[in-house]
Amino acid sequence: MSLLSNASVLLGKELRTEFRSRELLTTTIVFILVVIVLFSFTFDPTSDESRRFAPGLLWLAFLFASSLMLQPCFLREQQNDTLSALRLSVSDPFAIFLAKLAANTVFLLLTELLLLPIFAVMYNVPVMPVLHWLLLVFFLASLGISIAGTALSAISAQARMRELLLPLLMLPLLTPILVASTEVTKSLLDHTPYVQWKGIGFLAVFDMVFLTALWLFGEYLLEE
Amino acid sequence: MISPAFSPVGLRFENIDKRYGGLLALRGVSLTIAAGECVVFAGRNGSGKTTLLRIAARLVRPSRGELSFTGAPSGSQDIPIRPGFVAHASMVYDELTAEENLLLFARLLGTAQPENRVEALLQEVGLSDRRASRVRTFSRGMRQRVAIARALLHEPAVLLLDEPATGLDPQGVAWLAEAIRRLRDSGRTILMSLHGESEISSLGTRAIRLDAGSITADTRTGGTFRSILTFADA
Repeated sequence: MSLLSNASVLLGKELRTEFRSRELLTTTIVFILVVIVLFSFTFDPTSDESRRFAPGLLWLAFLFASSLMLQPCFLREQQNDTLSALRLSVSDPFAIFLAKLAANTVFLLLTELLLLPIFAVMYNVPVMPVLHWLLLVFFLASLGISIAGTALSAISAQARMRELLLPLLMLPLLTPILVASTEVTKSLLDHTPYVQWKGIGFLAVFDMVFLTALWLFGEYLLEE
Repeated sequence: MISPAFSPVGLRFENIDKRYGGLLALRGVSLTIAAGECVVFAGRNGSGKTTLLRIAARLVRPSRGELSFTGAPSGSQDIPIRPGFVAHASMVYDELTAEENLLLFARLLGTAQPENRVEALLQEVGLSDRRASRVRTFSRGMRQRVAIARALLHEPAVLLLDEPATGLDPQGVAWLAEAIRRLRDSGRTILMSLHGESEISSLGTRAIRLDAGSITADTRTGGTFRSILTFADA
């Protein structure tokens, strides 16, 4: 069986188990919602202030929430040693990563799309005129977070103090994504919106570099 | 149910060491297992049985030494040998039903007509009427039955069973013994770790004792065979 068909079978499993339990999605959505609402109440920003600070706040909330979401990614596979069963069954271990990072990207995008309207209302920023560009940034950044986060989740799942290790490894590594996606979002929410191609290019390159690294070295991350 | 359509495969462990940090779990294990042998590994807890089986499954990489599979037909060198493995844990998903679990792994393994194979195995392990129940609702014994069915999905030439009777009631043990007997008689190579003498250990054609990661006894004869198994629990 090919890599892609293995990955699609596994992606189906990831989506089915999550939509059945809704554990990750619920936790993540509630977390981001709380952060957005709390900041809005604390600072009560004007429209100008929102345009300057809200993109950074939004991506910071997404990043922290993603560390919550990615934590159980491989931990759940240890519960019944299902990771071993997967390793014995797939033709290429990369299929396991591919399915998990695709599922995590879907979950992150869903969360972001659900919370975008709330963010727009609470911070009084017009998102509709630039929605298609925002969706592109969301996709590229979520993919990058998922690729790096899935790899780090595989590493941290085998370590002691695993709950602490993932955010400690992940947040510094994903700082470039935070900066680039914040800058691009800020440019899109500007009074005269423009597309910051440099930032979008950076996100795309980040995704490609990390995906290639995961493809080359991912197998070693799964070994006991 | 148990198809003879496979190529018999043996295993060769050459001078295998496995170290976990400061602990040497296996020390210079050299062992040749012929295709079709049914080998029982005995030994106290921590003697290295599970590590040896996980190395045979290629889930664990030895710190030193090599594992190779022998007897595979020429021209099949690129085809990975995927042993069927039953471990301490059930290796199935609690959130999925028995049928969903088996279908998932059947599809990953590229099993022909996965629905038919899963249907046949669910009947074989006596879980047809619970096919749509989530595994989380199953007893330990029922989970073990699903685990055994999962290991048999692709009709593997090599079967690795790590204390397979764990959690099974006497009826389940009898069923498992019969299943192993049929697998052994069909020419499959079986490696299993057991504690003490049982209905299942009597199916072995060879007994190997491990102590502190080393092989201390290896026999195919009746009297010694029994003493290896019983001494393991002494």
